[in-house]
Amino acid sequence: MNSVTQAEQGHEEQEGETRRDFIHLLAVAATGFAGVGVVLPAVHQMNPDASVRALATKTVDLSAVDVGQAIKVMWQGKPVFIRRRTEAEIAEAAETPVNVLPDQLSRNENLSGSEEATDANRATTAEWMVVLGVCTHLGCVPLGTDDGDNRGDFNGWFCPCHGSHYDIAGRIRKGPAPENLGIPPYEFVSDTTLRIG
Amino acid sequence: MSHESTYVPGTAIERWLDRRLPIIRLGYDSFGDFPTPKNLNYWYTFGGILTVCLMIQIVTGIILTMHYTPHVDYAFASVEHIMRDVNYGHIMRYAHANGASMFFIAVYLHMFRGLYYGSYKEPREVLWIIGVIIFVLMMATAFMGYVLPWGQMSFWGATVITSLFSAVPLIGDSLTTLLWGGYSVDNPTLNRFFALHYLLPFLIAGAVILHIWALHVPGNANPTGVEVKSSKDTVPFHPYYTVKDGFAIIVFLIMFAVFLFFMPNALGHPDNYIPANPLVTPEHIVPEWYFLPFYAMLRAITFDVFFISSKLGGVIVMFASILLLLFLPWLDRSKVRSHRYRPIARGFFFLFVADCLFLGWLGAQVAEQPYILLSQLATAYYFAYFLVILPLLAVLETPKELPKSISDDVLSRSQKKQARASSPTPVAQPAE
Amino acid sequence: MSKIIIALIVACAMSSGVALAAGGKTKPVEHYHWSFSGINGKYDKEALQRGFQVYREVCAACHSIDFIAFRHLGDKGGPFYLEECPEGAPDTLNCSNPNDNPLVKALAAEYEVEDGPDDSGDMFMRTGLPSDTIPGPYANEQQAAAANGGAIPPDLSLITKARKYGPDYLHSLLKGYTDPPETVELDPGTYYNPYYKGDMATLLKPVYVDDEGKPLEGVDVPYGGVLKMKAPLVDGIVDYIDDSVPETVEQYSKDVTTFLTWTAEPKMEARKTMGKISLLYLLIMAVIVYLSYKQIWSRIDH
Repeated sequence: MNSVTQAEQGHEEQEGETRRDFIHLLAVAATGFAGVGVVLPAVHQMNPDASVRALATKTVDLSAVDVGQAIKVMWQGKPVFIRRRTEAEIAEAAETPVNVLPDQLSRNENLSGSEEATDANRATTAEWMVVLGVCTHLGCVPLGTDDGDNRGDFNGWFCPCHGSHYDIAGRIRKGPAPENLGIPPYEFVSDTTLRIG
Repeated sequence: MSHESTYVPGTAIERWLDRRLPIIRLGYDSFGDFPTPKNLNYWYTFGGILTVCLMIQIVTGIILTMHYTPHVDYAFASVEHIMRDVNYGHIMRYAHANGASMFFIAVYLHMFRGLYYGSYKEPREVLWIIGVIIFVLMMATAFMGYVLPWGQMSFWGATVITSLFSAVPLIGDSLTTLLWGGYSVDNPTLNRFFALHYLLPFLIAGAVILHIWALHVPGNANPTGVEVKSSKDTVPFHPYYTVKDGFAIIVFLIMFAVFLFFMPNALGHPDNYIPANPLVTPEHIVPEWYFLPFYAMLRAITFDVFFISSKLGGVIVMFASILLLLFLPWLDRSKVRSHRYRPIARGFFFLFVADCLFLGWLGAQVAEQPYILLSQLATAYYFAYFLVILPLLAVLETPKELPKSISDDVLSRSQKKQARASSPTPVAQPAE
Repeated sequence: MSKIIIALIVACAMSSGVALAAGGKTKPVEHYHWSFSGINGKYDKEALQRGFQVYREVCAACHSIDFIAFRHLGDKGGPFYLEECPEGAPDTLNCSNPNDNPLVKALAAEYEVEDGPDDSGDMFMRTGLPSDTIPGPYANEQQAAAANGGAIPPDLSLITKARKYGPDYLHSLLKGYTDPPETVELDPGTYYNPYYKGDMATLLKPVYVDDEGKPLEGVDVPYGGVLKMKAPLVDGIVDYIDDSVPETVEQYSKDVTTFLTWTAEPKMEARKTMGKISLLYLLIMAVIVYLSYKQIWSRIDH
């Protein structure tokens, strides 16, 4: 306050102090609000754009998949495993009691996701097991889909990164992964045509 | 920075930090308590406006890079992708494209202000020179940025401007091949322009810090050109100039918003919405408006001078017109800074401004007579202003009397204003 | 000094005459007031739909709109945007999402698009999806050039931004086809348009030019140029669903121009809305900061 003498200042403050403070506060607030208005679009631009959102569904032809085989498809940039299970595998999955599971929730996006992780809640049609091929630990792609892969101790999938074992219904049984493999929203358009997303 | 620090750390944390990294002290001394002449008018707000422009360009630019693809096959389509599909992408891109124009409007006004008030004179020569360097960096950045959408004007502008370097004797052709990374403007050129377009703004930001440093050592110049003599001449930067600059920035942003939201393509060229085609040259290649005066000077040299071909001559003249500014502090030796007190120089200054605008108009015309002759005349005046008129006036002109101090000048002006305001009152009241 | 100024003025005065002497003038475009002009301008949605129909039934035979996907047609402000689903649609469907818009889906399904390669490595055709771009008439530039006498029909997505006074130019051009003036002779397969760029001096009949090929004195060089596209629109060529809309070249041209302005600038309405809010806010802010500024500076003599 080099040039403003104390006397002048004191005089000013006695006269309409509230009005003066108010206008400065308003100026600062208006600037701050404008800043927020600029930051929001600047951040929102990083969200998926319209062309990405448009590719949210994927149609898969399953007619070439035999019983006991599995395929991998890409959906939203992530692998999806589709396994055509044998009768024995279905029976084994159905017999597994829920209380031995580390994660007892179904994690099924076609349901609410918080049902019991029974095989029926995991696979809408018992023959087809559809899971996201992303380990719930740190995002590696588990082995077990291709012929000759290590399928882990529970004959399902095995994540080589940190040794998570999933069973034939994609449920975590052993290892560091906290959750069952996710299940994407999907629908059978016909007997052999699956639409994911 | 140059004045004595008045910062008193208020809290224990500030005291702790102040002994280790006095960054709050730096900020406070530079933008808080910094003594600033109290008579700065709105022409002095462009420094703040330019800082905002640079920030807008860097932020929107980084956002655009998140979605842009620097490849000749995808560049144009990725820009359209930004315009159509990316959330707020069209606003970001228009803000960046128009932001460049706003940046140049502000920088030209900032430079004319410096010329008019003699801001380049002792002891602020380095401040001025850094400013010229910033201007050159800005031009390089803007030119490379214009190439990135890979439209027709991008491609042919890049071809024409890089071909200028082929005028350099002996190494010209090798130099253009080096710039292009090939035998024509192509994918390698686009990639390196993208890399440099990303790099240069940060160099500008660095130069701006030096620019502010060089400003704060001698302190601000001011419209009277009289140096600060006592604390009566100054006010603390905050709140006096933060609020004044703030107001000017908002007014500037209003103009920016009008372009951005309601006429976003007014300053661009329609041909740049045609994808680049190396087989078809546009009928009339023009650079962006802010390069037009220099483009006019480039094209004005249509004759050979001794062994210098017209092509090389044009290139020399164009670069000289910018580099000349570096020597301005030593070309204009007048002791009086402000043109307020230099009646003759003031006339030539306004003619110089008109000349620059005229050159800009000429740059947009086709290269035929009479525009070539007019460009030659206007170019001649441009150089004469710096090389002849200013040096001569320093000797020949008798300046008006300078005010004793800034506060004296402020006082006499406010008294005049009051006198003017009160004088009509008795006249307006008829005798009853 | 004054000599220079006089020279400048004289030269300026001369310039207008000199410029006219140069050949290749186009007729100045006619300016219209479009529904999308001005700060409150909006695209007329019905004109957009009709314009798309004109594009599809006439222009699309030769011109692509590569940057437009079917889903874009259902974007807000686009021709087939739906705020709410038509009756009978499931509750869960959100038709304002262009990917779920039934009109867009049905339209996309009318097209076949190339996809692939499939598992055996071959490309195959499948029914269009909203996410597909609208297929163009030609597979590549070479095919386009071969089918059109060497001239590649330009992509129309950005045409109204890629020409000066784009919408006015396009409308003028489309309804501006006339018979060529008496003085010129056109090559077969080329068509005269006064609004098109070109230099008609090169096409003057031999009797009107001197030995050097320059026009004889008193011979006017006509406006415009020639293009390889014959007048695409004729009255009645497109059958509008709405019978109250005239089926004339003028109307077709207006509608397709509106549509192609939308394809060039689909976010215009959103941009102008944001602009009005931003400007209002900035103006209020300017007043507030100005008052604050006046208050602060009233503390000192200045």
